[in-house]
Amino acid sequence: MSRIADTFARLRQEGRKALIPFFTAGDPDPASCVPVMHALVAGGADIIELGVPFSDPMADGPVIQRSSERALRNGVSLRDVIGWVAEFRKTDSQTPVVLMGYANPVEAMGEERFAKVAREAGVDGVLVVDYPPEEAHNLVGILDAAGLDTVFLLSPTTSDARLREVAALGRGYLYYVSLKGVTGAANIDTAEVSRRLQHIRGFTGLPVGVGFGIRDGETARAVAQVADAVVIGSRLVQELEAAPARAAPRAQAFLAGIRTAMDGSKAA
Amino acid sequence: MRIYDLPDAKGHFGPYGGVFVSETLISALEDLKAAYARFKGDPAFHAEFEYELKHYVGRPSPIYHARRWSEHFGGAQVYLKREDLNHTGAHKINNVIGQALLARHLGKPRVIAETGAGQHGVATATIAARYGMECVVYMGSEDIKRQAQNVYRMKLLGAAVVPVESGSKTLKDALNEAMRDWVTNVENTFYIIGTVAGPHPYPMMVRDFQSVIGKEALEQMPEVAGRQPDAVLACVGGGSNAIGIFHPYITHEAVRLIGVEAAGYGIETGKHSATLCAGRAGVLHGNRTYLLQDENGQIVETHSISAGLDYPGVGPEHAWLKDSGRAEYVAVTDDEALEAFHKLCRLEGIIPALESSHALAYAAKIAPRMRPDQILLVNLSGRGDKDMHTVAEKSGLNL
Repeated sequence: MSRIADTFARLRQEGRKALIPFFTAGDPDPASCVPVMHALVAGGADIIELGVPFSDPMADGPVIQRSSERALRNGVSLRDVIGWVAEFRKTDSQTPVVLMGYANPVEAMGEERFAKVAREAGVDGVLVVDYPPEEAHNLVGILDAAGLDTVFLLSPTTSDARLREVAALGRGYLYYVSLKGVTGAANIDTAEVSRRLQHIRGFTGLPVGVGFGIRDGETARAVAQVADAVVIGSRLVQELEAAPARAAPRAQAFLAGIRTAMDGSKAA
Repeated sequence: MRIYDLPDAKGHFGPYGGVFVSETLISALEDLKAAYARFKGDPAFHAEFEYELKHYVGRPSPIYHARRWSEHFGGAQVYLKREDLNHTGAHKINNVIGQALLARHLGKPRVIAETGAGQHGVATATIAARYGMECVVYMGSEDIKRQAQNVYRMKLLGAAVVPVESGSKTLKDALNEAMRDWVTNVENTFYIIGTVAGPHPYPMMVRDFQSVIGKEALEQMPEVAGRQPDAVLACVGGGSNAIGIFHPYITHEAVRLIGVEAAGYGIETGKHSATLCAGRAGVLHGNRTYLLQDENGQIVETHSISAGLDYPGVGPEHAWLKDSGRAEYVAVTDDEALEAFHKLCRLEGIIPALESSHALAYAAKIAPRMRPDQILLVNLSGRGDKDMHTVAEKSGLNL
């Protein structure tokens, strides 16, 4: 079993939901990446989604765009990001790491080579935002062979035919994007999310995480009641943006607040 | 090549094209694909499109024999397809009318567009005014500074021009921002892409609307020149005017197809926009194509004297035409384009757009080595009024 599957199995036994923070590797600065990862684990992260910066993040809102630009100004490459995962793994062999980014840096490295070095570094999963299932068969084959999970997005407008395709190709977990729009957009309608998740579960046994629009402990708690995992990205990136010199402690404190609120959901 | 029926059902031109977007955009693209398939076969839709092209745009655009310019070369005869005479001054409007009609049939009251030099933005603002639609144009803040006149033109026509501050603050970032708007407002909004890039079905749809250029040329050339040309030349940024004139000629194998990119200060300087000549395959803006990128797969900033060619990608069909060998792609520098610009002004009384001047410059290179009975057809994709400031500045004048 993969580290991701192990993690979800353990959480299920404990009756808890996964908390998955996202931030862009190399923002606010390259030296902070590994410390922020450890701080997130200390703050209650079960899985880390590590953003690989790209010059043209078409699916992201202004907060993550800015973080991507800062990371690129810091000269961060996919190679660096994979290197930081290897460093993180020296002292954390438990927490799964999923690389999240766009297709072109992966293709520029070469999918085979990417799969090999990512696996060796201790990466567990990969989410390529602009690879819908239609275009992802080749990558899934390569990542499968390397023992890496390919994570896919689902949206409120994903048709049943596509749900079937995603369910067949997806590994580790599925990431349900709760809103139309880009990352960091407006508010989430948890009743609607709950209905959609029920529908999605008719197609897949994979855990389903929910992200986009989760802004605070309250929304995280509400989402945790219906989803297997809560993904929080733009709000965390805003925290790092606000306190670049204290990125790690700020990340830990912020995530701990979300964790506490979320775990309160057991009683609800 | 007897038949040519690309793209395939999933939008692929060989290994290029496709749909490389986030899941959040997929259903909008599927809806668009279905709608376009419906209207593509609908005679009433075509009649409407053709009516607009004739009565609003002024089509067909003439083909003009540039006699004095040809004599100057002492070689091939050069003919110009006069897209510069279209309403709004360029080929862009052909495609905008097609997409705006589609938007109207789909009941979308709001249209959005990206623009670099402002020509596509002006065309979109024009049609939005004509059809009474709300119009928002995304434009890089760097481009807004360089193209103040077109910004004002769009505002006169009632469009809102939104400055884009992300990334390099140019065309590619405007496209990113327009996509973000579309994914957020897809219920009431139609995204009118200005070139043959973007996810399927855009490259196919824009090509189909622009193919009117080549279809007319196929009919006109025997009348005005007695036969089809030996070569068709067009400038290539995203590649919409080029694909528009190339596409109907693809199956006419005796006709060479030559796409001319912007070599800027020279390809060796790294400051250029010659994607097909100097780039390599990758994924950007929803399709796989040639890109100008660094070794880490980040998209690099481009340069051209003509804002309309200043784009780090290129339509996927051009990538395929290059690899398959059916079309050739070359590049000319800013200076070569400027020289052709001035020559056409002085010898033919036509002020060409700087974009189109790239195609003219390559014609000027090859025409002298050809026989007088040979024929070049150049797509004069736009007129140069918008470029007065740039050209004057290059000549040391401040207007």
